[in-house]
Amino acid sequence: MNRSPSSRVALLAATLTVGLTVPGCVAVNERTGGASPVAGPGPAVSGTLNSAGASTQPAPFQAWSARFSAAHPEVTVNYDPVGSGGGRKQFLEGGVPLAGSDAALDDEELERARERCDGGSAMDLPVYVSPIALAYNLPGTPDLTLSPVTVARIFDQQVTDWSDPAIAADNGGAALPAGAITVVNRSDDSGTTENLIAYLVANAPDDFPHEVTDTWPVAGGEAAKGTSGVVDAIKAGEGSIGYADESQVGDLGRAEVVAAGQAVGPTAEAAAKVVDVSEPVPGRPEGDLAIEVNRTPEEAGVYPIVLVSYQIACTTYATQQEADLVKAFIGYTSSQQGQKDAADIAGSAPLSPERSDAIAAALGSITASS
Amino acid sequence: MSQTTGPTGTGARPRRRRTTGRPGDKVFKGTATFAGTLILLTLAGVAAFLVYQALPALTAPSDASGTGLGLLTYAWPLLYGTILSSAIALVVGAPLGVGIALFISHFAPRRLSTGLGYVVDLLAAVPSIVFGLWGVTTFAPALVPIYGWLERNAGLLPFFAGPTSPTGRTILTAGLVLAVMILPVVTAISRDIFLQTPRLHEEAALALGATRWEMIQYSVLPYARSGVVSAAMLGLGRALGETMAVALLLSASGGVTLNLISSANPGTIAANIALQFPESSGLGTNVLVATGLLLFVVTFVVNLAARAIVNRRAGFSGADG
Repeated sequence: MNRSPSSRVALLAATLTVGLTVPGCVAVNERTGGASPVAGPGPAVSGTLNSAGASTQPAPFQAWSARFSAAHPEVTVNYDPVGSGGGRKQFLEGGVPLAGSDAALDDEELERARERCDGGSAMDLPVYVSPIALAYNLPGTPDLTLSPVTVARIFDQQVTDWSDPAIAADNGGAALPAGAITVVNRSDDSGTTENLIAYLVANAPDDFPHEVTDTWPVAGGEAAKGTSGVVDAIKAGEGSIGYADESQVGDLGRAEVVAAGQAVGPTAEAAAKVVDVSEPVPGRPEGDLAIEVNRTPEEAGVYPIVLVSYQIACTTYATQQEADLVKAFIGYTSSQQGQKDAADIAGSAPLSPERSDAIAAALGSITASS
Repeated sequence: MSQTTGPTGTGARPRRRRTTGRPGDKVFKGTATFAGTLILLTLAGVAAFLVYQALPALTAPSDASGTGLGLLTYAWPLLYGTILSSAIALVVGAPLGVGIALFISHFAPRRLSTGLGYVVDLLAAVPSIVFGLWGVTTFAPALVPIYGWLERNAGLLPFFAGPTSPTGRTILTAGLVLAVMILPVVTAISRDIFLQTPRLHEEAALALGATRWEMIQYSVLPYARSGVVSAAMLGLGRALGETMAVALLLSASGGVTLNLISSANPGTIAANIALQFPESSGLGTNVLVATGLLLFVVTFVVNLAARAIVNRRAGFSGADG
C-alpha cells in the first residue's frame, strides 16, 4: 500500500516536537567565526548560563551571547524574554542566576534576594541604556521640537491638532498644517511606557496628572502591541505620534525635546549622558548600582527619555562555576567592548568608561558560598 | 452522527447478546470510559486552577487590585468587547457560512463544489496570527476609506460617530476578521449536514412542484436547523476565545462604547490576557486569571445554550440518528 501518509505524519510530528521545544526562548548559541575575542580576566568558564527577563533585552543579548560564546566555546547563554516581572520572579525563586529587568528590585524583593543569594545580596547593574524616541508621521515636516509641557499635553490628549499654538511656539512660531493628532501607545504593559510616563510626570506634573505605571493611563489613543506594533501604527496613520525604542523607529521622524533650555534629539550619546548625571538610589546594598534616572537634567545635551535596563545578579552563588560564569558574562556585557557590540546590533547607548569600571568593581565581589 | 446503520456485510447473521464477554468489547469499553472521564477531569482541572488562581483577586478589596480599579470595573469593558466582537463575527460570518455551505451542497456543479470545499477547509488551517497580520497590514488600512465614508454619511448613528481611526484597527475590523476565521467551521459543519438531508425529502418536495429554493426552504433547512445552530455556536466559541489575532489587530484603548470605527475600543478578555500577562506580577496576575475565569463561564453558558437549542430541535428535525 501507499505509505506516504504515515511518513508524512511522522515528519509532522517531528516538526511539531522541534517547534515546541524552542518557543519564547532565544537560544542564541551560534558561534560567530572571527569575532574579536572577549577580553576578560579570570579563570576559563564553562557551562550553560540561563537568564530571563525584560522583553527589551533580547536584541542586545543576541549580540552578547554570540560574542561571549565565540570567546568561550564551552559556554551557552540563553535568554528567555518573559518580561521584567517574570525575570525578577524567576531570579528570586532561584530558577535563573541572572535576570534582565527594566526596573531595579524593590525593597521587598531585595529582602527576598538575601535568601536566594545564600546570605549575600542582589545587585542591580545598569548595562543597557536605550533612548526612547517620540516618533511621528508628518509628511512635509522634517523637524519637530517639543517642550516637555507640549509633549505632556499631546500625550494626555489635551492638544489634539498639529496646528495648535503650543506646538507652533515650540517650533519658532510657525504653525504646522492643521490635522488631527493620533497618539499611539502600547497596548501591552511595558517598561518603555513606564519610562515615558516617568519623564512626563517629572517635567509636567500638572499637564500629565497620572501615576507612573507600565500600563498606558490615557484612554482614546491608538493602542498597539509591542514596539513593532507601535511603529507600524505610526507608519500607517498620517498625523500619528507615538513612543518607541529609538533603534526600531526606522525612517519615521523623531521629535527633539527641550531639556535644559535646549532641543535634544534621541541620540545614543545624549542618552548615555543621562546615566552620568543621575544619582544612585539611596539605601541599596553594597555593589548595587541602581540609579534614579534624572528626568530633568540641568546639563546641556542630555536626552532624558531613556530606558535603563538592568542585569540582576547575586553577590554569592552556590557554586564556583555559576559565580565565575555570571561574573565573566556581565563583565563582558558591561565592558566597553560589550557596550559597543550592543550598540552595533541593538542601537543602544554605550555606557561611559567610568560606568563600566564601576560595574567591574561591583562584579569583583561575586563569590561562591562553597 | 445521524447515520443509522443496521447489521451489514458479513455480520448479518443474528447473534444474541453474546458480545459482552469478549475481550475486544471490554477493552473498547474501558478506553471509551477512560477518554470520557479524562475530558471531565481536564475540564474540572482547568476550572479548579482558574478559581484557585483567581481567588486572591476575587477576595481582594476593590481598590487594591493591581490595576487600580475594582475587578468588575476592570473586567466589564473587556467582557463587553469580547461579546461585541464575537457578535459582529457571528452576525456576519454565520449567514455567509450557511450560504457558502448551501452553494456547495445544492447549487454548485460537482467539480466546483469539491474544490470549494477544500478551499474552505484550508481556511480553517490558517493560524490565527496570520489572520491577525493580514488584518493589521492589509484589511484594516483598506477599511479606512469605508469607515471615513460611514462617518460622513451615517455619523448620526452612534455606531459610526467617529472620529475614524487613521489605521482602521477598530472593533468592527476585529469582528470582521473574526467572521472570516469562523467561516470555515460554520461552512464545513453546515455543508455536511445539508448533504445528509434525506434524498427522499428533497425529491418529494420537488415532485410536489417546489422550486429549488422552496425545496431547500421546506426540506433542507428544517432538517439541518439544529446542526446549523451547533455550527454557529462552535464558531462563536472560537470568536470568543480568539487571542493573537485580536491582540495584534485591535486598538484597545477605551471602555464601553457603541462607536465601532474609532481608535478607542474596548479590549477583549483573551487578547487582554495575552497582552498584559508577560509583565504582570502579584495581584495583577490574579486579576487576569479572574477575567479568564469569566471567559470560561461565558463560553460554558454559550455552549449550554447551544446544547439546549439543539436538543429542543432534535425531535423536530428528524435527525435522530
